[in-house]
Amino acid sequence: MAYVIPTRPDDESHHAPQSFWTRYVWSQDHKVIAVQYGCTAIAVGLVGLVLSNLMRLQLGFPGQFAFINAERYYQFVTMHGMIMVIYLLTALFLGGFGNYLIPLMVGARDMVFPYLNMLSFWFYLLSVVVLIASFFVPGGPTGAGWTLYPPQAILPGTPGHDWGIIVMLVSLLIFIVAATMGGLNYVTTVLQARCEGMTLLRMPLSVWGIFTATILALLAFPALFVSGVMMLFDKVLGTSFFMPSLVSMGQLSAHQGGSPLLFQHLFWFFGHPEVYIVALPAFGIVSDLISVHARKAIFGYRTMVWAIVAIGGLSFVVWAHHMFVSGMNPYFGFFFATSTLIIAVPTAIKVYNWLLTLWRGDIHLSVPMLFALAFMLTFLLGGLTGLFLGNVSVDIPLSGTYFVVAHFHMVMGVAPLLVVFGGIYHWFPKITGRMLDDRLGHLHFWVTFLGTYAIFFPMHYLGLLGMPRRYHHFTDYEFIPASAHAFNAWITVIALIVGAVQLVFVFNLLWSAFRGRKADPNPWQAASLEWATPETPPAHGNWGRDLPVVHRWAYAYSVPGAPRDFIPQDAPSKEGGAEPTYGGAA
Amino acid sequence: MNTSAVPLNAPDEAARERALSAGLWAFLVVVTSLFSLFLTAYVMRLSSPDAVAIEMPWQLWVSTAVLTLGSVMMQRGQLNAGGACAMGFLVAQWTAWQALQAANVTLTGNPAASFFYLLTALHGLHVAGGLVAWANVQAAPTPGRIAMCARYWHYLLLLWVVLFMAFSWITPEVARAICGVKP
Amino acid sequence: MAIAVVLFIVVLASLLFHWLTPWWVTPLASNWGRMDQTLWITFLITGIFFAVVSLVLVWTLWRYRHRAGHKAAYEPDNPRLERWLIGITTVGIVGLLAPGLVVYADYVRPPKDALVLEVVGEQWQWRFRFEGADGRLGGTDARFVSAENPFGLDPTDARGLDDILVSGNEVHMPLNRPVHVLARSNDVLHDFYVPPFRARMNIVPGQVSSFWFTPTVAGRYESMCAQLCGVGHPNMRGIVVVEPEPAFRAWLGQQGTFTAALAAAAAAKAKAPAGGNPLVDQGRALAGAKGCAACHSIDGRTIVGPTWKGLFGKMETMDDGTTARVDEDYLRNFIRNPTARSVKGYPPVMPKVELTDPELDALIAYIKALAPQ
Repeated sequence: MAYVIPTRPDDESHHAPQSFWTRYVWSQDHKVIAVQYGCTAIAVGLVGLVLSNLMRLQLGFPGQFAFINAERYYQFVTMHGMIMVIYLLTALFLGGFGNYLIPLMVGARDMVFPYLNMLSFWFYLLSVVVLIASFFVPGGPTGAGWTLYPPQAILPGTPGHDWGIIVMLVSLLIFIVAATMGGLNYVTTVLQARCEGMTLLRMPLSVWGIFTATILALLAFPALFVSGVMMLFDKVLGTSFFMPSLVSMGQLSAHQGGSPLLFQHLFWFFGHPEVYIVALPAFGIVSDLISVHARKAIFGYRTMVWAIVAIGGLSFVVWAHHMFVSGMNPYFGFFFATSTLIIAVPTAIKVYNWLLTLWRGDIHLSVPMLFALAFMLTFLLGGLTGLFLGNVSVDIPLSGTYFVVAHFHMVMGVAPLLVVFGGIYHWFPKITGRMLDDRLGHLHFWVTFLGTYAIFFPMHYLGLLGMPRRYHHFTDYEFIPASAHAFNAWITVIALIVGAVQLVFVFNLLWSAFRGRKADPNPWQAASLEWATPETPPAHGNWGRDLPVVHRWAYAYSVPGAPRDFIPQDAPSKEGGAEPTYGGAA
Repeated sequence: MNTSAVPLNAPDEAARERALSAGLWAFLVVVTSLFSLFLTAYVMRLSSPDAVAIEMPWQLWVSTAVLTLGSVMMQRGQLNAGGACAMGFLVAQWTAWQALQAANVTLTGNPAASFFYLLTALHGLHVAGGLVAWANVQAAPTPGRIAMCARYWHYLLLLWVVLFMAFSWITPEVARAICGVKP
Repeated sequence: MAIAVVLFIVVLASLLFHWLTPWWVTPLASNWGRMDQTLWITFLITGIFFAVVSLVLVWTLWRYRHRAGHKAAYEPDNPRLERWLIGITTVGIVGLLAPGLVVYADYVRPPKDALVLEVVGEQWQWRFRFEGADGRLGGTDARFVSAENPFGLDPTDARGLDDILVSGNEVHMPLNRPVHVLARSNDVLHDFYVPPFRARMNIVPGQVSSFWFTPTVAGRYESMCAQLCGVGHPNMRGIVVVEPEPAFRAWLGQQGTFTAALAAAAAAKAKAPAGGNPLVDQGRALAGAKGCAACHSIDGRTIVGPTWKGLFGKMETMDDGTTARVDEDYLRNFIRNPTARSVKGYPPVMPKVELTDPELDALIAYIKALAPQ
């Protein structure tokens, strides 16, 4: 049974804020904080995009851009990866979508800890500032790869081994504090602040995806914290947690006895749940996009919930599939290959259920739906290539090649990002009261989808060939044909075009926020609760005087006999559309 | 976001405290995850040949007693005494550090020592964080919030006991046995 | 309807690309053909799922597109169908996993009679070591590493004295004989990767990792480092020559042993003129101690950077086409700021080495002494 969290009369956060500063800057309103997270994440994401374009200039036209030397190249590679995974995707899905959607979708006025919520954004912003500062410290940012493996990360020979790595680790530690503050909010709000009638199994899958991802974050980020603190100690204080006895640049180091593999175990114990922290919200959101725009209940809602939870749980026991060729105890390979292939089953179920939702639906090809469909294709591909890498003996020749790069870009970069875009086109009218421009949306969609597919699908085959990743240049390898080098040049051109079209998207966001066509309060005719606020955009406190009461699940679409093809969650119960029961049936 | 002047629902301290309580439980899960991972790393690292067991300074028994007293005081609702004991714990821990430094047990060089300093420092930081919350509760004490302080105090005591036992009983020999490392 | 058409074309193009791709696994040159077979099985099963699911998607988009009068059905679930789908998926997963694990079970058990080859990864070159006549490899430790003993062999360990040492990035192996690679590093993570052999493993400082394979096709193969190890990572290249046993034995016989290396080092020290310049001697010691010798040889060989033999006084060409004479100023500036300029033909990977001014003077004196007078 859900709890109502009414407010105290002197509670700052639920007095309507009065000044510009308390309304838009030091706001404790989850909707403002969500937009703050979103803007910061997109801004830093554009930095990550530029870095990837710089990398591509070197890979496509080696040696033509002298300033992209090996040192800078590895710094770009590292910062691109870390920015995209942590500072863009994680922050955007949890801090952006999570903050905006959770209270509205569960019928709450705000998050349960609004002050902590505000703090979490400012800590996130601080972590971004510290990260960007690493471009300006002596030696520049770290060039150790986003995985930051010791011992090289803190030894000469790797860029940024003096200051860059320290600044990076400090930034990550600050981010983890921010993520924990936010995570406590999301989890407690879902458990405690649902309005009357909103049982857990009536929540939209967007909430389930973000909620489960938050639990994963709360449990997994500590592993990054542990490994980050210990590496910081090794670098700054001379401990030997990860540093074995070694000779670096002719000098015998003062360290001894440490284990580089210990870092890898800790890092990937975080790192694998991290990819599901990004993927699970995407799964949840795309389920809602497909359902709304096909006017059909998500197929197998309960199975979808169980699949999200199962994937979340299993994500903690697969981490060493990133370490099959690490030199760890080889017998671990049997266990982790098995657990990894098991996790494919609930994931496949979700793909089938998305397809079965579309089957016999009433499919409107709006911009959000286009992005959702492109997600289905790219996630299908990216997930299937994961089976190659999860199967230990197939992974052995493919690890460390472009096959891995292609796989994780497709499944982490392309697919979830398509959901981010789809989600923004979908909820923009709710957030701003205006529609995003439709033609620019189509342009953005087609170039992004076809461009990223053209980049990353053929890249798998470069990996099969054996082209290693994280190489600044590939001069004169007999086994690499000229066609591969030509292809690299083509990828660069496509990447620059895809990068440019993101500016069209940013322009669309900014222009439409002020000049876009005014939106209907529920332009997509969606049934979930966030569309039922009395005002659009929702006012402070979301629901007006009385909290909503919910009588059904969020997927009452095309219910036989109903006057319209959807029944809102808070419509009176006599209108029907109740969720399927599972008492004796099935 | 417009500023409507619609009055919202009446205050409900009990509901707010239920939310805070749930949030605290969630936070304790996070802290448990953090220290479990640290302890796993501790066992793995201690199985290396270069690890040597360190002797626990007697000051740690004093700090343990003070922290236990703090839990008892908090449980009985004595907010001030509980806070004072937490502060006393931190002071006692500091003297333990001094004792080890005097015995030449430094941060680098022996992983057992590195972990000791690192883990006691992090535990101490969590105690200090608790004192910040305690100061907030002092400003507006209610039985519910005092009970939550007590819960956090008990958790940190439990965590400290687990760490103390790990330092004392999971020696390099034990760690090697756990990890299957031949001597 | 554009999306349905485009998705159809994309899926077809993807399948077509797979058949026509110019980039495929390198021709197999080892016994691990079963890895390739498992790869094929994986392509088959995942290919079928990809084609079926995406073509059903295309059909669905066309058939159930929104049009006037069209309504969606209401079927929120179908537990029987879901059970079937879980079953079929599980069968597919098992079909992938089973062969993979069977192959892996062989991978983790090297044959007992394999030839032992130690591969030593170092920033940014490869060294190799074979057992000597005693069939044992000598012990090593980082603290023994020096310019004369780059392998870090323990000089007091009798087992190591007859070990055969190979520097210079090229190693040979006998055809059709299993090789058990023991991989070691004295500095950072590396990975000895030769794609036609399929087998490989990361190299971790502080431990020994291993893998095995049997080379089945004679030839010259390119080896590379496959674990990011710093700015010189893409330059860490080598050659593996697979040849019939007699040719291999001949090659092995030409390589030196540890004992010979120690003797040569002692002789070189003795040959240095008595009453030699103390500054030059200090410079020589620094070249070893500061790691210069890891990349700059004194015998004309190119390791990573230009050889110091005959360097002083030479005209060097930079990457941008300009030339410069290697004099004291040139050396001083280059060593203090190695990334300011880049010499043509060499990777710009020289790290900044900490040297006091007197040390720098000594080093320059040593480099000067290596030029022909």
